[in-house]
Amino acid sequence: METAVKKKEETSVTAINDFFLERPDYDEGYDSKSNTVIRLCSPKKDKNQKAYKVTGIDDVASKNNWKAWLYLAPALILVVIFLIYPLINTIFISFLSDYSYIDGSYSGFTFDNFGLILGLTTHNGAYESNFTNFAIPNTFIIVFITVPLATLIALLISVGLNSIKWFQKFLQTVFFLPYVTNTIAVGMVFSVLFDQTGIINYIFHSNTTWIYGASRWTAMIPLCIYIIWSSLPFKILIFLSGLQGIDKQYYQAAKIDAASRTKTLWKITVPLMSPQILYIVVTSFIGAFKEYTAIVGLFNGPGTSNGGYEMYTIVYYIYDNLSKQTSFAAAAAVFLFVIILIFTFLQLGVSKKRVYY
Amino acid sequence: MEKIYTDFPKENLNNITLSINEAGRTVESIQRSEKIGRILSTVLTYLIICFLALLVIFPFYWMIITSLKTNTEILQDDQTFFPTIVMWTNYVYVFQSFKFGTFLLNTVVVAFFSTLGTIITTVLAAYAFARLEFKGRDAVFMVFLMTMMIPGEMMVISNYITVASFGWIGTNQTYLQAYLAMIVPFIVSVFYIYLLRQNFKQIPNELYLAAKVDGKSDWSFLWKVMVPLAAPTLISITILKFMGTWNSYVWPNLVTSSESYRLISNGLRGSAFTDSESGRTNYGYQMAGTVLVTVPLFLLFVLFRKYIMRGVGRAGIKG
Repeated sequence: METAVKKKEETSVTAINDFFLERPDYDEGYDSKSNTVIRLCSPKKDKNQKAYKVTGIDDVASKNNWKAWLYLAPALILVVIFLIYPLINTIFISFLSDYSYIDGSYSGFTFDNFGLILGLTTHNGAYESNFTNFAIPNTFIIVFITVPLATLIALLISVGLNSIKWFQKFLQTVFFLPYVTNTIAVGMVFSVLFDQTGIINYIFHSNTTWIYGASRWTAMIPLCIYIIWSSLPFKILIFLSGLQGIDKQYYQAAKIDAASRTKTLWKITVPLMSPQILYIVVTSFIGAFKEYTAIVGLFNGPGTSNGGYEMYTIVYYIYDNLSKQTSFAAAAAVFLFVIILIFTFLQLGVSKKRVYY
Repeated sequence: MEKIYTDFPKENLNNITLSINEAGRTVESIQRSEKIGRILSTVLTYLIICFLALLVIFPFYWMIITSLKTNTEILQDDQTFFPTIVMWTNYVYVFQSFKFGTFLLNTVVVAFFSTLGTIITTVLAAYAFARLEFKGRDAVFMVFLMTMMIPGEMMVISNYITVASFGWIGTNQTYLQAYLAMIVPFIVSVFYIYLLRQNFKQIPNELYLAAKVDGKSDWSFLWKVMVPLAAPTLISITILKFMGTWNSYVWPNLVTSSESYRLISNGLRGSAFTDSESGRTNYGYQMAGTVLVTVPLFLLFVLFRKYIMRGVGRAGIKG
């Protein structure tokens, strides 16, 4: 009888013999030690003479597999060109003076771009006041108003939704609707709602200008309402899935101890939801720092009137100056990146003490 | 001191009734008041939830009825909750002047190719990360994950320069160049690679070994076994990617030189809704445009609710 063993080394033959000696009932199998598929070829199970076919799973097993790199290549090339290179390049550009993206020329390295966006230095004798007066404060106002409010509202809605029986699925779908919309389109709807002759003024018998020609602080109100409205669905979705994962025993124990509903909410629900709350707070902070499309939708520009910049945000500034003053935009982008990093790490640091996993 | 009655007949011992006298209330009255409290709180919860749901829905209602009003009715002081004259002609006007068809075609083309590209790169990369072994796999994967932390705004600046250096941006931009500029930077998504890799990892190794025993190649195993098993995730990715393109505003606005290359969101903020006579915005036309942009998304949501909500729950990002 012919022995068809593909592997050359004698040691592997003994390994195969061992493999089938240990498993007398099997005709084929996988040997994890040698990472091979072993198949008995001969139907006759003679103890001393066996025919095996060995298929090495070399495609996966061998390290530094060039095939694996072929699979990875499309994504890897694109990630390098459109994600990693831009990151390095943007940081590089933020330190260049008189940079022109068209021919890539620049006159030298400088910290002035950062000085300018922080209001420390001037460019052609002028401060970048639109950035320091409007973009930075507006961004922080939006972040610190919308994130806590939206998180709290979303938490209360989720707790309410979780406690009801009838129409729960239907109401859940209703609250998810703002997610499946076009930010620009609904922003335009909000600007109609808040129009001077619009429905909001009609209901509250007021004559306030909210959108066009409004003052910066009045215009903040519809903007923040819109941002909260559009950020609720995602938060509710995450919170609801968190709530449904809480063990009912905790609530039964609270009931036996005659704890009030508010006490149950703050002492049981919120602590047990802390991983979801942390996740929502971190992602919402990052999202709110990057607010841009809501402003385009509501105001159709960076200001409440033509030529105004009252509603500027950091990201709006970046997009506005991207092709005109690329270095300033790059410096603003690096600035934003650093702020987001700091806030993310701060929140993760706080969470170490407060989050119960 | 209350007298406690202990002299009960022996034959009734099996049937002891415990009577609690707490502040003059019996068990029945406590249970009754608890029940009333429960009903009250349920009613209150429903009231609050329904009120908030109405607030959430209201902008959509207002969008639809405003799209059917005349501009005079919209601007009058007394707001009406239903249009007095139903103006279907607003929609006719929008179809004619808003170039809805052009924007729709552009959006569909860009969405189709960027989704297709994303699916291909994602499937291949996720497979490499989940199943294949090669030197530096974990290091490359870490680098991929780290890019997720970086805000997209950091990339936009350089990507704009990159795309410009490819010659895709300029005053003499052709349709092909505009499409390339809008599609190519977005046919890779690290997050979807991560998502699909997790999904691939859950597929038991035995399947792979069985395929190997049957002499299947890695390639056919990937497309015949892995991809069908991960179909729900791939459907979620497709829908979210499509929604992302439908919503994308900034990038198409930056890289296209002519309005006729742009996507649906850009069209909305164009000049199509300005009344040529008065120079003011016609809200009726504008809202008809927003309805046309919103309805396809709603249809998608109704059809694929499960996939969208699951995908969003795990992805947490728009597009």
